[in-house]
Amino acid sequence: MADLLEDEVFERVVDVDGQGPLIEGQNDLASIDHDIGHIPFMSLKNTPKFWYGGTFIAFCVMQLLFLAITVLLWKGTGIWGLNVPVAWGFAIINFVWWIGIGHAGTLISAILFLLKQDWRMSIARFSEAMTLFAVACAGLFPLFHVGRPWLAWWLFPIPNTFGMWPQFRSPLLWDVFAVSTYATVSVLFWYTGLIPDVASLRDRANKKIPKFIYGVMALGWRGSARHWHRYEIAYLLLAGISTPLVVSVHSIVSLDFAVSVVPGWHTTIFPPYFVAGAIYAGFAMVLTIMIPVAKLYKVEHFFTKRHMNNMSKVMLVAGLVVAYGYLMEVFFGYYSGNEYERYMIMNRFSGPYNWGYWALILCNIAVPMALWSYKVRTSVWACWIVCQFISVGMWLERFVIVVMSLHREFLPSSWDAYMGTKWDWMMYIGTMGFFCVLCFLFMRTLPMIAIFEIKELHHKTNHHHDLDDH
Amino acid sequence: MDHDDNKPAVFGVLAQFGDSDSLIKAARTARAAGYTRMDGHSPIPVHGLYEALGYKRSILAWIVGCGAIAGFCSAVVLQVFCSAIDGGAFGIDGYPLMVGGRPFISWPSFIPICFELTILFSAFSAVFGMIGLNGLPMPYHPTFNAEGFDRATLDKYFLCIESDDPHFDEADVTAFLGTLHPENVVPVPW
Repeated sequence: MADLLEDEVFERVVDVDGQGPLIEGQNDLASIDHDIGHIPFMSLKNTPKFWYGGTFIAFCVMQLLFLAITVLLWKGTGIWGLNVPVAWGFAIINFVWWIGIGHAGTLISAILFLLKQDWRMSIARFSEAMTLFAVACAGLFPLFHVGRPWLAWWLFPIPNTFGMWPQFRSPLLWDVFAVSTYATVSVLFWYTGLIPDVASLRDRANKKIPKFIYGVMALGWRGSARHWHRYEIAYLLLAGISTPLVVSVHSIVSLDFAVSVVPGWHTTIFPPYFVAGAIYAGFAMVLTIMIPVAKLYKVEHFFTKRHMNNMSKVMLVAGLVVAYGYLMEVFFGYYSGNEYERYMIMNRFSGPYNWGYWALILCNIAVPMALWSYKVRTSVWACWIVCQFISVGMWLERFVIVVMSLHREFLPSSWDAYMGTKWDWMMYIGTMGFFCVLCFLFMRTLPMIAIFEIKELHHKTNHHHDLDDH
Repeated sequence: MDHDDNKPAVFGVLAQFGDSDSLIKAARTARAAGYTRMDGHSPIPVHGLYEALGYKRSILAWIVGCGAIAGFCSAVVLQVFCSAIDGGAFGIDGYPLMVGGRPFISWPSFIPICFELTILFSAFSAVFGMIGLNGLPMPYHPTFNAEGFDRATLDKYFLCIESDDPHFDEADVTAFLGTLHPENVVPVPW
């Protein structure tokens, strides 16, 4: 009887809708808890070397960020490559890049939850954390690019002595509300998901300080059925409101450009095109992180080929929508009959920055076509490399949109060139270091895969019902 | 004080089960036997357990709905006030600006922020409503004192019959729980 049960269990785990297992190997609730939950408790000696090495390198790279910000505050935004007409450069490019990356986390947590896609469970926690870190990195750019960051509080409707209030018809202000809301809701969503897991860590902790800290974070969670009931309602509602939130935030970011009259910006395709681009870049970043982390921390049995396959498919769909967006932009340029729109497109093909445009087409359209192949989607190395191309491509897309439309606008006498200075690059690369440091700290202190969700998944696939009313 | 004489010796009695089905069956049996002050504990949400324990659906969704309405109303008030009030209502002035020939209450421009604040307030009410209704943070609870309860967040399922149940008698309840095939039955000290 016992071995029949085991065979059945294997059958069920392997053959869940015939697409490969979501959790590999033999597990039970305790082993799942251990595989993920022991990582925060690793002693200094047992912590893997790559963690020390990685955190150190990321920390050094992060110093570039601090240096760049210090010089910026000291000398002003003149150290950047901004000029007239290209008055918006790397700051907005990097802001949109990071915010776009952040959107995958909410998509995975909220939208895939509503669509009952169980494969999201192993990646949801890390991608939610990644969203928070990406939004933190993104927020640095609008904050520091204003030139007088100590006056950034003017963006908020705070009563003041000069009787002024913000101007609510500007997308820049909508951005302030949208990104603030997004950051806040993401923190709340992430924290809510963490409560049961942190309670498990609290109960597993042997030493006083971790037990105390996790205990405070867990708020006294004890797995009570009454609490779970309200928890599930809250989680469903949060997922339900985060879904329109993620779509609206990047749409509002795209409106920063779309409500202007600049050729190449003033187009209604921007909101869906930006959202698809965000999904594209975000999934690429999640895969960039999860693939090495799952291998190094030996949790590949939770992050399987099926996950990579599904995520690559989502990336492919997003990439096709983005490709459609590029195609439509070219079409609008022609069909409008407007000389400025037509020139904008010709400038992209053959102007001084056309290397950027063609690199964009290569990175965002040509290379990711490899994802049509099942072998590429499920191959650790091939998939990871395609993700790097996509990340670079998405940065280039924002570069093409911002710089190429601004540097040659309506009046030829105003045309000029633009490139980021070393301070622009330093701040950008520094934020990557900052992001990595936050990721490493997260991996070390909190469960990077949602323990209770994996347990739920395991329970669902292995449960033998003999109760009538389910 | 007189109350201490009447206070039961234990908070309740806790039974440990190895899987969720046993817990649900046990909860139903206990309910059928007339116990009402009970709670189940599990490492994962167990569907059907909440109803088996006899509780009604939470009002959390209504709280979130109210939060959403509050968010929307605040956004409308904020934007209309800042963009259209120019006469010192209640001694405070807005700051109306003529932007692109739009009317002062240019409501299409106000939509994004109304949307965002609706979502923000809903999220706050969902999370803080859930935490508040659950009575959290509650770092101390007598069930934590029970032997073996730390496995409630690991892999075991528990049913606790509390002593403020009208039919509670420690020996009877312990015996009753024993008939439900648990792995273990322990008293829960205060």
